[in-house]
This record gives sequence, C-alpha cells and structure tokens, in this order.
Amino acid sequence: MSIIVFVEDWNNVFKKASFEAVSYAKSWADLAGTSVTAITSTHAQDPGTLATYGADRILTLSLSATPFGTAQQLAAMAEEATGIVIAGTSFGRSVAPALAALANGSLSTNTTSIPSSIAPVTVERGAFSSKGIETIELSGNLPIVSFVPNSIGIVETHGIGAVSSFDAAGTDLLTVTDKTVASGKVALPEAEVVVSAGRGLKGPENWAMIEELATVLGAATACSKPVSDIGWRPHSEHVGQTGIQVNPNLYIAIGISGAIQHLAGVSASKTIVVVNTDTEAPFFKAADYGIVGDAFEVVPQLVNAMRAFKAEQ
Amino acid sequence: MNILVCISHVPDTTAKINFDAAGKGLDSTGVQFVINPYDEFSLTKALHLKEAHGGSITVLNVGGSETEPTLRKALAIGADQAIRINATPTDAITVAKELKNHIAAQSYDLILCGQESIDYNGQQVPAMLGALLNLPFVNACVDLTIDGSQATATGEIDGGHETYSGTLPLVVGGKKGLVEEKDLRIPNMRGIMTARSKPLAVAEPTENGAATQAVKFVKPAAKSAVKLVDSVDELVHLLHNEAKAI
Repeated sequence: MSIIVFVEDWNNVFKKASFEAVSYAKSWADLAGTSVTAITSTHAQDPGTLATYGADRILTLSLSATPFGTAQQLAAMAEEATGIVIAGTSFGRSVAPALAALANGSLSTNTTSIPSSIAPVTVERGAFSSKGIETIELSGNLPIVSFVPNSIGIVETHGIGAVSSFDAAGTDLLTVTDKTVASGKVALPEAEVVVSAGRGLKGPENWAMIEELATVLGAATACSKPVSDIGWRPHSEHVGQTGIQVNPNLYIAIGISGAIQHLAGVSASKTIVVVNTDTEAPFFKAADYGIVGDAFEVVPQLVNAMRAFKAEQ
Repeated sequence: MNILVCISHVPDTTAKINFDAAGKGLDSTGVQFVINPYDEFSLTKALHLKEAHGGSITVLNVGGSETEPTLRKALAIGADQAIRINATPTDAITVAKELKNHIAAQSYDLILCGQESIDYNGQQVPAMLGALLNLPFVNACVDLTIDGSQATATGEIDGGHETYSGTLPLVVGGKKGLVEEKDLRIPNMRGIMTARSKPLAVAEPTENGAATQAVKFVKPAAKSAVKLVDSVDELVHLLHNEAKAI
C-alpha cells in the first residue's frame, strides 16, 4: 500500500504542479506511515527527478490522451492505494472525479491544505467562491485529493526513486482533433505572478506596458471581464467567476474596479496589489497594497523599478 | 434532439455568505438563490440547439422544494419540462448517482451541466456522471457543434484549448463561451405565464450513500486594511521584504 500520485507532464516535461503533487503525497505518506508511488507517462523526461520530492516508486505507463482513459488506468491501481493525489490542473480536474466514480472513492477537490488527520482523512477546501473554507472528512472508501496548484508548495526531500514500467488499459471515448497552447507565455492557472488590467487602460493598444511588466516579473497576463467582452483581450485571459480562477503569490490589478465577480476569481491570491485612480474602487478593500494613481504614469515607473530590482537579485 | 440540462440552485454571486452558528452549513437567511451561472450558459446553449435542430429540453435538479423557483425560471427561459429529485444533496457523488439513475432510464442525446456550481466549487458532478454512464465528457466546454450523431467540442486546458470529436450522447461541463453573456435570456412575461403550466415532476431519490462529510465551514480571516503607498520603489520594497511576494 502507498499514497499514489498522478504526475502530469506537458510535452514530456513535468509541470510545476506535478512536483507539488509529489510533495503533497509525501506529506500525506509521512502521516500515514507509508511510501509514495508516482505514476507518469513513459514519455516524461527524467522520471527519476521525482525522487527529489519524495517519490519512492515511479511507475511509467503509456497514458491515455483523455482524462477518462487516464482515470481508468489509475483505477487499476486503486487496490494498492492508501490514498490518491492529483494536482488540480485542467486535466487533473477532469481525471479526479472520473476516478472517484470508477474506483468508488471519496473525493475532495479545490483542496488547499494537506491532511490534518488521516483517520479519516481531513482536509480544507475552498467553497462559495473563496468566501468560505470547508473542512471535509473523506469518510468513504479510498480518499482522493485534488488540490489547487500553488496552494501547498514544493518541498525538496529524498525518496527511493525506483523507476519501473506499468501497464493498464484506458479507453478514450473522444478523439483529440486539435490542441492549441499559447507558446512562450506563462499559463494563467499555474502562474506565480499575474499582471491583470481592466478598462482603466482605455484601449487594447495600451497593453504593451502590461505585457512588459509581466515579462519583467515572469508573470502571466490577465484581464477583467468587460475587457474580454469588448474584445480588447482574449477570453482565455478573463479572470473572475465565469472566467479563470487564479491562485498566485502576487496578483497585480491595474485599472480594475474590483466587481464581486472579479474578486471571486482572484481572492485566493496570497498578495494583491491594486493600482487605480479611484480611491473608492472596491478592489482596494480586497488589496494588501495599493497605489492611487494613473496607470499610464504608475505602470512605466513600476516596470523600471521591478527591472532594477530583478537586476540586483 | 433530446437534451437534459442539469441545474444547481445556488446563492447569487453578490450574496453575503454566512454560516450557521455551529458552522455546519450555509445560513440562507436573506440569501437570494439563482440558477448557477455556469448552468445558465449550458441552458442557453440547449435553447440554441433546440432552435437549430428541434427537440425537447428537460431541466433536472437534485434538491428540496425550495429549489423549485429556480426550475420554474429555467422553464420560463424556455425549457420544456422540469424534474426535481427530492433530496438534499450532501456530496457530489450522491448527486451524480441520482442523475445517472434518472438518465439511464431515459434516452438523452446530450447532457449539459455547468462546469461547476458556485456554492461548493467542486467541479465534480459532470465528470463523475460521464464516468458512471461510460459516456464521453468534455469539461470547461467553450464551443459545441452537433452534426447528426456527431459532436465536436472545445474545452479550455491550461494556457489553451483542446478540441475533441465523438459520438452522442455526450456529457458537457459548460462555461462562458458555449454561448456569450449577451445571449443569456431573461424570462419575459409570456415565458413566466407559460412556465406555470409546464410539467414539473418530483421524483424520489434512489441513493443514500455519501462518500464525504462536511465537518465545518468558516469564513476566511478578514483582510487587514490596504496599505496605500506613494511610490513604486516603496511598493517594490514592501513586496520583497514584507509580503515576500517577489
């Protein structure tokens, strides 16, 4: 028996959230007095690196292309599992519930803590669009945890790291016909820093300084709903209740008033900075730091200050 | 085309969220409930598909009688009939199994859900439903085209999109993009009047085994007041030394 962790790769390279998933599994395994088994694709480069985060056994297999097929493959391992960990990436968010249904598991998604107890497994999770924190017991069969990326952190430790191959059947009920991912950009859901802008920018032609700030900070760019609705920025950048929910260490909001729908998507951020001309903007109430000022003056200054700071580091 | 839209009855986005004294659940005093916003995109997509291909739209909810106004609203917007499974759901797997038991006895071509409900934010039911029914499932669906028995669907993935093709029936977890915000419909007087005479059936639950147990709910600690700074240099200093965010 062990804690089984699903380790996702992107173009054969492990995602950051995958290392965090192994760290999660290691914390849980230590509490349960058991080992960590990582399951990953045969195509993933250098699977042995997972030992750095605590993987004792690393099983590689030919993974299905779809979440359902992958869930079937993981279900084949269920009998050996004390518990299962899956990072809450877009793929993981589809795999975990399918796996819970197939393996008759007891699932917590949107999880933001490691287990505080293991009999039964008890974790915290976000609810009511970050307006509540739920403590939940995984009291049924086979506990499965899907956690919010960047909520737990990566911890380096030492695992045995024995790599072997494994075979399990998964059926894809859909055919993937196309896949497009913006290259060279930081993916919004797993970004550590997000630079976001709203209608205060006055027009799409003014986004160069936002992109520049993001580049300096290694950040993903985002926008408010009105901005994506009018087509200044793509829908995929819309952060908020009906858009993407983010959980970065730092969220910088420029020229965004802070409607409740927007806050629902960002309030899990660890530090929030707001730049707005309007001192009454509701976003200031949700912010840690604020600058009352015009984006067109503040942002270029901030780009320079951040660049100077990064150069010193 | 026979379409099922699964609907959650949730607190309005702008509602102040409070929990009961024991922290066991939501204190619904003074809270306005609405159709889950993600489900509304799916419901509107169902209306578009019905207008293009003909057929019938059933809306289904697992909940107590207090959720019926939400189903009536869905009927007023244009669904043809409603079913309420009379149970207060305690977790996603219970809901998914109730839905599965209903769907398995019917013949739906398409099962549309919202990606997640804005109350418990589980994003679990649609994927569970697909797995329980052994039907293809697309999450975070932002585009859907039906051609005969073939479906082409696009879902958001981290940093991009993925497009799938498959055969109906299909289970979808929908969101904005499936239809646009401007396409959402507000019930008009005629819709509200007609909704009163549309069938709303109540079915008894068939499942009773929850797999998880909510122990308590708390509100996150209140944020301390914003620290207003005068210069970007001060901001950079605070972000580095105080917040340790850079």
